[in-house]
Amino acid sequence: MTANFLAKAPTGISGLDEMTMGGLPKGRPTLLCGGPGSGKTLLSMSFIVNGALRYGEPGVFMSFEERPEDLRANFTSLGFDVDDLTKRELLVVDHVRLERSEIEESGEYDLEGIFVRLGYAVDTIGAKRVAIDTIEALFAGLSNEAALRSELRRLFGWLKERGLTAIITGERGASHLTRYGLEEYVSDCVIVLDNRIVDQLSTRRLRILKYRGSAHGADEYPFLIDERGASVLPISSAGLDHSACPERMSTGVASLDSMLGGEGYFVGSSILVSGAAGTGKSSLAAHFAEAGCGRGEKVVYVALEESAPQIIRNMASIGVDLGRWATSGLLRFNAARPSYYGLETHLAKILREVQCFQPKLAVIDPISSFLSIGSGREVHAMLLRLADILKAHNVTTVFTELVATNLRRDEAEASVSSLMDTWISLRRLEIAGDARRALCIVKSRGMAHSRRVREFVLEDAGFTVVDEPLDPSITTLRQEPGA
Amino acid sequence: MIRPSESERHIGEDTQAWRLRLYVAGQTPKSLTAIANLRRICEKNLHGRYIIEIVDLVERPQLAAGDQIVALPTLVRKLPPPLKKIIGDLSNQEKVLVGLDLL
Repeated sequence: MTANFLAKAPTGISGLDEMTMGGLPKGRPTLLCGGPGSGKTLLSMSFIVNGALRYGEPGVFMSFEERPEDLRANFTSLGFDVDDLTKRELLVVDHVRLERSEIEESGEYDLEGIFVRLGYAVDTIGAKRVAIDTIEALFAGLSNEAALRSELRRLFGWLKERGLTAIITGERGASHLTRYGLEEYVSDCVIVLDNRIVDQLSTRRLRILKYRGSAHGADEYPFLIDERGASVLPISSAGLDHSACPERMSTGVASLDSMLGGEGYFVGSSILVSGAAGTGKSSLAAHFAEAGCGRGEKVVYVALEESAPQIIRNMASIGVDLGRWATSGLLRFNAARPSYYGLETHLAKILREVQCFQPKLAVIDPISSFLSIGSGREVHAMLLRLADILKAHNVTTVFTELVATNLRRDEAEASVSSLMDTWISLRRLEIAGDARRALCIVKSRGMAHSRRVREFVLEDAGFTVVDEPLDPSITTLRQEPGA
Repeated sequence: MIRPSESERHIGEDTQAWRLRLYVAGQTPKSLTAIANLRRICEKNLHGRYIIEIVDLVERPQLAAGDQIVALPTLVRKLPPPLKKIIGDLSNQEKVLVGLDLL
């Protein structure tokens, strides 16, 4: 009994299996509750289809709410072909429709019809998993609540008796977890979904309220559903235990490599490139990306302000050919305006990309644009997690940051620079009426590096640090007036 | 008592038939009550004009989804249209007659 109690059925939903240390309680029902649009249906579908395709556990999806064509569309949106799965006897979808207006009640009844249908579907394909979404709809269709309640109790007992791993969804209620108090019947595992809208941006979150007999993460985690299915982002999975790699990686600019002890950045480190508008932050990042592709390494470029074609065109003007690598597939652009979704979703999407594409290099350009959708503190927390996640995957990442010139430098940059291993500050200066550029390696942990302010040029041939030192008399850099 | 899916013909050759199907699951007291109630009500109100078909879902579970059976027993009026459903052991005769449009 005890051993069986702790057996788990993996959901195949990235993040959720880590949170639950292996999945849902095997052979027992789990209650999944949340408001409308919180993702209950899609999450339970993922659980069923992943079970069928990845874990050799065919499943039954019994729906009480959505019409068959909507269900089909839902499955398709997750990239699953219902007909194919059905034909291969991996899935049975049973749509239960109950229209109160079409039904007269006369005398005693039970819900044996549901049991018969479920039992028949389970037996037909030898199902191990069942999702029931959302059985509370029966309360709207039938008037004998007492009979319904005793039948629900019997149903959950029946599922356990047959050793089925089940997800029962329930609509979030005002005073109870679910509108009809399903939590009274399902006591092994309770997961709560939530779709919160802050500043018109919605973020889905998932929390494990209860998991009897098992340790589990107790916090709320962002939860993402897109064309690649559902995933949960457990914050705790990004820790500080990433190994420090002694290997180095070129910045893509030979003259800058030499300022960094001749070898460039540490592999797996986080690099901040900050500067005012037009100082060359994206150019430096583009060199980094191009050099990575040139070595045959995969690169993700998260573009938050410009489209991929724009970036490719702009960089071509300094002789950096990103288009070639984008075509070859080594370089992947993820372009999205910050306001498309909330911070958590951005974070989850980047994580997803890192997990699926497995890049060695990443560019996030520019992180300052996140400030348009979150407070400084929220953005800082998000970037901390982002940096940790990228490190945990050993992705060397350049973060660019736009700094408004009318702010004191430490005010603008101090927030994220402490998270970074290397910080390169770019500035414009004016020398004898000439607009010129200079850079300075503010810090670079764990390596010897140049501490001089050096001039650099951005030309057809790209980004080059000038050999001659700047005239000492002008190294107190006058920044240009506000952008 | 229950002969699954066997039609009980109580009908003359040229009469407009009432076709009723009663879904039950096994010979439970509820099933038996429902069958007895149905026969009594039909004999009294549809004499010579009805066909009763009893479907035992324990024997033929594959038929449950087709008629969207959820609760048992369920009586389905197949003919005349439109399709009607009455759930329960049919012990409330008035409700049955309302459900069948016989009142």
